[in-house]
Amino acid sequence: MPAIQSVAAELEPHPDVALVARVRGGDVSAYDLLVRKYERQLFRISQHITQNREDAEDVTQDAFLKAYEKLDQFQGNSKFYTWLVRIAVNESLMRLRKRRSGKMVSIDEDIETEEGSVPRDLADWAPDPEQNYNQAELAEILRKTIQGLPQGFRIVFVLRDVEGLSTEETAETLKLSIPAVKSRLLRARLQLRERLSRYFRRNKGLKNMRPRETGAEK
Amino acid sequence: MTCKEFLAHLDDLIDGTVTPEMRAELQTHLGRCGHCKVILNTTRKTIEIYRSHEIYDLPAGLQERLHNAIMARCKKGG
Repeated sequence: MPAIQSVAAELEPHPDVALVARVRGGDVSAYDLLVRKYERQLFRISQHITQNREDAEDVTQDAFLKAYEKLDQFQGNSKFYTWLVRIAVNESLMRLRKRRSGKMVSIDEDIETEEGSVPRDLADWAPDPEQNYNQAELAEILRKTIQGLPQGFRIVFVLRDVEGLSTEETAETLKLSIPAVKSRLLRARLQLRERLSRYFRRNKGLKNMRPRETGAEK
Repeated sequence: MTCKEFLAHLDDLIDGTVTPEMRAELQTHLGRCGHCKVILNTTRKTIEIYRSHEIYDLPAGLQERLHNAIMARCKKGG
């Protein structure tokens, strides 16, 4: 799917290009349209990184304002949305840094863990596992699970899998190499899968069932 | 193909970026390894669940307030 989108993007200019041009020409109402289009995503990404609603609100506001002020610097060789996301990610990390009173916060921290690189829970899941929970319970499970991921994995998963950025766009946004994005994405996916297995496996009542240590079949 | 080798190609298989030859090899492995089949299916499901469920809801009221605050600041700053 991302491949199809990128081919289409090369053939005709993205609709955002025209809106950005209008804003540059002084039409603030065009910026209003861009804000409407992306505020939900930016808020979501900021909340995933800061894990705090007020911070996410502030970051979303600051990111849109910064983008507006720096619109002249937008080269147009990347998508406006990707550019916006990069600003929001940076603002979010700055906000975290402030909260942790100057302690360095980067997307490189906590990535030494090997947890989840080798799948241990090999139980199959119920056919539609989310049906076993109501909306609020499910949202809580998903939040708790993703919040437990190391930050460097979480951001990659959110940008790549939830928000639909390509591997290249994710790498560019986070200033990471493509192999680094790929390796983090795999580990993020596997760790999330492993953690969700606790809730979604068949016979989830059998809590004392120990995951097997090896991948060997019975 | 070992399970470890299968795992190294898991993302490419999920993202549809494997060559037809590699896909055939992976399918052969899946045909005889129930564990890797579970890992593939549940990893796909993991992604799908996160994609289809809004876990950080932005209620209409908050969205409106946020939107108005952004636009007010842009107009002031611009």
